[in-house]
Amino acid sequence: MPDTQIDTRPLKAEVKNFSFFYGSFQAVKNVSAPFREKAVTAIIGPSGCGKTTLLRCFNRMHDLYPGNRYAGEMILHSRSPDGSVRPLNIVHPSTSPIEMRMRISMVFQKPNPFPKSIFENVAYGLRLRGVGSRSELSGRVETALRGAALWDEVKDRLPQNAYGLSGGQQQRLCIARALAVEPEMVLFDEPTSALDPIATSKIEELIDDLRERVTILIVTHNMQQAARVSDYTAFMYLGELVEYDRTAKVFQNPGKPLTEQYISGRFG
Amino acid sequence: MLSTEQVIRRGQMRDRVFSILGVALTILCLGVLAILLVNLCREGLARIDWQFLTTFPSRRAAKAGIFSAWVGSALVMLVTGLTAIPLGVAAGVYLEEYGRRNWFTSLIEINIANLAGVPSIIYGLMALGLLIYKWEDWFGDKTDSIAGLGQSIITGGLTLAFLILPIVIVATREALRAIPQHMREAAYALGASRWQVVKDHLLPYSTGGISTGVIIALSRAIGETAPLVTIGALTYIAFLPPAPFSHTESGQMVGPFAWLSSPFTVLPIQMFNWVSRPSSDDNNFAVNAAAAGIILMLVTLTMNTVAIVIRARVRKKVKW
Repeated sequence: MPDTQIDTRPLKAEVKNFSFFYGSFQAVKNVSAPFREKAVTAIIGPSGCGKTTLLRCFNRMHDLYPGNRYAGEMILHSRSPDGSVRPLNIVHPSTSPIEMRMRISMVFQKPNPFPKSIFENVAYGLRLRGVGSRSELSGRVETALRGAALWDEVKDRLPQNAYGLSGGQQQRLCIARALAVEPEMVLFDEPTSALDPIATSKIEELIDDLRERVTILIVTHNMQQAARVSDYTAFMYLGELVEYDRTAKVFQNPGKPLTEQYISGRFG
Repeated sequence: MLSTEQVIRRGQMRDRVFSILGVALTILCLGVLAILLVNLCREGLARIDWQFLTTFPSRRAAKAGIFSAWVGSALVMLVTGLTAIPLGVAAGVYLEEYGRRNWFTSLIEINIANLAGVPSIIYGLMALGLLIYKWEDWFGDKTDSIAGLGQSIITGGLTLAFLILPIVIVATREALRAIPQHMREAAYALGASRWQVVKDHLLPYSTGGISTGVIIALSRAIGETAPLVTIGALTYIAFLPPAPFSHTESGQMVGPFAWLSSPFTVLPIQMFNWVSRPSSDDNNFAVNAAAAGIILMLVTLTMNTVAIVIRARVRKKVKW
């Protein structure tokens, strides 16, 4: 996509003057950025730059631990079944973290399937949303597993424990688990850092396919990965958003010297 | 300065001395235990038969049995288990998953750790004061049914429940702590509430660890004597607690929970009673005591074996 082309995709989420604190330590500093619907946005930056911290704000994971505080706004333009769009401040105290986690799924760094059957892993999110009928569950579990390019490998062993799968398969199972609930956004937190190159390329292909269906935010250490899979790239450093632009622009013609230095591997 | 060879040789010598010392001490400990066991078996094994298990105590040693004692032990354990397990597991789950870390929960934590080390007779005294005397002061005149708490199976069961509660709580917390945090995050990220995470994930994944702790706690409780003597468990019981819906001699039907307020004895007390009696060759209570000791040990060993088997199986099944 040339830089000049205007992106007509509507905004799915927006971060405005957003900060996050671990106790008194400010891990995310006054970040503002738009996130387009059905686009893949990569967040890159050196370790400790706050990229994972920012990602985990979207589904309020920080609420699980004491002493964490959000400031500013993080808006999800939430689409109702009737098509109307309603802005929702994710980090507002009156917003239920459970509602945000119902709308925004997450795939973690290390594959973390439940020590349950393959079927139950994918079905769990649906069960939480009150899907009880066996036939509906099976249908949606199959759809999710197909969506995660795992169906052919596991269709004959759905009742078996998920721990019998390889690392790459486990991670795709986690993606299926995240997709089964038809989320509005999926957060990927360095999803391939624990995987070998072949499993990694499968996950990347998968992310590429998913962009047509869902808004994706991916944190990655791997700059080639960001360049390969994302439409937009945000570069963070020491808690601040240094640069945010189309991926092609960020990688070919970065606007800030710091971005250029990081991308060319001079630090980080 | 020593040569490298000398240094190595000296190190090897010390290694060897230490391992010999370790083996010797281990053999010594196991040996003493083995001698005690063999002695107990030689004295009591021949006494164990169906009659011994199914007769009440008697003044004639050869006619006496442990019927009321093992039934008492079983019923007291039932009460202990039914109260200590739900309470202990719930408290463990609360402290580990719900309670915020502050000075109050830290205080509770320190106290629980200390309670696990309190001598058991202290629990007996507490139960005597609280469940027997105070209970009568508070409720004694009002209703007959509760006034019967007294020296009963329910009092004994609750006393031992107090005793093992800290062990159950600590075991529950350790089992929960062994579950990696990313398991919790996976469930929360799907939109689970705290209770759903506990019910659907944490409790199922920690069942092995919790049951191991519970069994070890119960096997400790079953051997306890002091607290039950303190609350006044009898040493000579020649009847069983009334079965639910059975009839008394006067023809009255007994309620389903009447057995709870029945007087009782337990195996270790029966054993203690026999040991402390004067024995002669033709009326040898020491043999009975040895036989009861073997039974008690078999029960404890069986429980511990079950705990070890569960632990091994869980370890094989779940690797995070």
